[in-house]
Amino acid sequence: MEKSRPLWDNSLQFVFACISYAVGLGNVWRFPYLCQMYGGGGFLIPYFIMLIAEGMPLLYLELAVGQRMRQGSIGAWKIISPYLCGVGIASVVVSFFLSMYYNVINAWAFWYLFHSFQDPLPWATCPLNTNHTGYEEECEKTSSTQYFWYRQTLNISPSLETSGSMQWEQVLCLTLAWLVVYLCILRGTESTGKVVYVTASLPYCVLIIYLIRGLTLHGAVNGLIYMFTPKLEQLSNPKTWISAATQIFFSLGLGFGSLIAYASYNEASNNCERHAIIVSLINSATSIFASVVTFSIYGFKATFNYESCLNKVILLLMNAFDLEEGSLTADNLNEMKDYLMATHPQEYAQLSPQVKNCSLEAELDTAVQGTGLAFIVYSEAIKNMEVPQLYSVLYFVMLLMLGIGSMLGNTAAILTPLTDSRVITARFPKEVISGAVCFINCIIGLIFTMEAGNYWFDIFNDYAATLSLLLIVLVETIAVCYIYGIRRFEKDLHTMIGHKPNWYWKIMWAFASPLLIVSLFIFYLTDYILTGTLQYQAWDATQGQLVTKDYPGYARAMIGLLVAASTMCIPLGALVTFVRKRLKRESVSTVA
Amino acid sequence: MLRVLLLTLSVVAIVHAELCKPDAQNAFKVRLSIKTALGDNAYAWDANEEYLFKAMVAFAMRRYSSKSTTQISNVLVCNVTDRVSFWFVVTDSSKNLTTVPESEVEAAIRMNRNRINNAFLLSDQTLQFLKITSTLSPPVEPSTPIWLIVFGVVLCLIVAGILFLVVAGIQQRKKKNKDSTERENLEEKSEEIVTVENGIPCETLDLKAGHINGVFAADDERFTSL
Repeated sequence: MEKSRPLWDNSLQFVFACISYAVGLGNVWRFPYLCQMYGGGGFLIPYFIMLIAEGMPLLYLELAVGQRMRQGSIGAWKIISPYLCGVGIASVVVSFFLSMYYNVINAWAFWYLFHSFQDPLPWATCPLNTNHTGYEEECEKTSSTQYFWYRQTLNISPSLETSGSMQWEQVLCLTLAWLVVYLCILRGTESTGKVVYVTASLPYCVLIIYLIRGLTLHGAVNGLIYMFTPKLEQLSNPKTWISAATQIFFSLGLGFGSLIAYASYNEASNNCERHAIIVSLINSATSIFASVVTFSIYGFKATFNYESCLNKVILLLMNAFDLEEGSLTADNLNEMKDYLMATHPQEYAQLSPQVKNCSLEAELDTAVQGTGLAFIVYSEAIKNMEVPQLYSVLYFVMLLMLGIGSMLGNTAAILTPLTDSRVITARFPKEVISGAVCFINCIIGLIFTMEAGNYWFDIFNDYAATLSLLLIVLVETIAVCYIYGIRRFEKDLHTMIGHKPNWYWKIMWAFASPLLIVSLFIFYLTDYILTGTLQYQAWDATQGQLVTKDYPGYARAMIGLLVAASTMCIPLGALVTFVRKRLKRESVSTVA
Repeated sequence: MLRVLLLTLSVVAIVHAELCKPDAQNAFKVRLSIKTALGDNAYAWDANEEYLFKAMVAFAMRRYSSKSTTQISNVLVCNVTDRVSFWFVVTDSSKNLTTVPESEVEAAIRMNRNRINNAFLLSDQTLQFLKITSTLSPPVEPSTPIWLIVFGVVLCLIVAGILFLVVAGIQQRKKKNKDSTERENLEEKSEEIVTVENGIPCETLDLKAGHINGVFAADDERFTSL
């Protein structure tokens, strides 16, 4: 008897699953950075234009393909054209690479979460050195939060070449992260459908709490003003538009096959057009919401650091010149500095290298993205709040929910094609297949727990998915519009939803989106070629800051391998199908 | 008489000025930040507070060397500034015009630092002896790090959840298999039982094949709807 395909319990589960997948860490740690770099409030203009030109149409396309074909990515593209099985395989390969390194972020979030149950927080103060006379040297040079991240969490090595040993604490956290993912995908849509209720809604609760807390912090307004003052001259910078397009593209998670997998569990009559619009709008709204929270936190942190800097200067001058306490304040600091310079020129000249010029602008200008923002900047802001343990726990639980939600989508992209194939499902039950995938990923992920693991993480983060995804989605769009045929696709949508897509969708699918993707692709290729040697940021413990180094040969080979492994699947798949068909035709003709 | 008194006083004053001055031998600089520590409850630094300071230093010297020879008059304080910082030395009462060595004073102050701080309601950071570095107290470390405990709890919960789901899945599959085999067995059994209807054994009616009465067969599906 044919086993019927598992379905979502209701369409709400499907929408929540898509939101949980699309709203991920990139909304929290990449969008605020882009906003800051490319013109503050003005960045929203290219962002929304790209959303309409690229985001919504491509999302609708993927959902419609999945819902129509009712198969994972490999099966779906095979149905559209047998020569396109390579596209599905490329999606699975990219998803595989992504799930390898993405769960390490969840491991780090777990690490920070478990350390949040202490008073004081471990990243609030520097640890003491061996003879208890002062603080650790490395910690003195940098800040306690950076020390906690680079030394106590990662135990990072000075360069990629020195691999070092595996950190057992990180291994434990990574194992736990994979066990959590296994628990959620164990039963397929049955379990995933319930879990996404939590992973989709909990981050919003935490963001609202943080919004209220963030806006009431001292100095938050500075950050918000800084972010939202539009610098419209950035609109003429092509990088702004390219970053907007890239952000929309990767934020929605197109091309991994997860959306196709999720949509394949839908009933055939599900209105995926409405859901596509809802999901993409919610994703963008969440990005903006998260950046409001992030900037109020930035403002608080910058104001706090600025005031600490001022206080340090005041203390220094007071001690050096034996002035009465309270005579030097932030307001009269400049006049007093001039007065002291005039009255005691020699002593002041001796002191002047230590007297720093504190500037709020400089503190706000430090734009950070990625793990630096999530784990260093936020933890620095949290340690200065009241009841820091509560806010720390909330924040890292939110990061976990965002990360696990995205991981569920990634693993669904790998598992759905595997469970669709009857060869494998006949021999092994679902639980064993999921377990095997989690186990393999966990073992490979142990690379990222070594001392040089963060450098490998950066390689995977920057190169594993970027170029390949652009190519995959380009081939997908062209395949649906020109190989499958847009009229046939229209009719399919009419059967599923009840009405044909209007001219906006058709124009976007046929012309606008492919053009955009091609231009993005050309830009990235030229960028890679022009920059020449690839470089990375390494942590220098003696200086207490990041330094730029060149990638060694084998790392560059690895990058090439990552990109090639997924992109080559597309032409190889077509070639293999062609050869197979040729052979079949020949054998048939010889038999006949 | 008066002149002798004045002479001795001036000599003493000069001697004191010699022994206690900035950067003198065996002298220490002290800096207090009373307003930073106490805010509105800050007290003003006056002669009484100085007297208390001298008393505390004398107390520290007595406790350290356990000979009760140091008097308050042995502690000399000079160069008090608005910042509230000053220099002090401890003179040796047994030998004239000498000061107690630096190391002894330092050790005495270190031993009694807590008592001195508390007398002034200040801390190591707000009552600074500039040449005496305070040993920072190490943070309290529990025997098992707290994070391992939380990790253990979460791990047990997750593993329990996984085992529960896996076992439930296996049981469900076994039940499904049993149900389907039971159904097959039931069908076979019913064929063996000879049921009699109106005197005719049912087996002759051939339940499996059966005859379809064309009039009563519900074969609407064979016709397309109008």
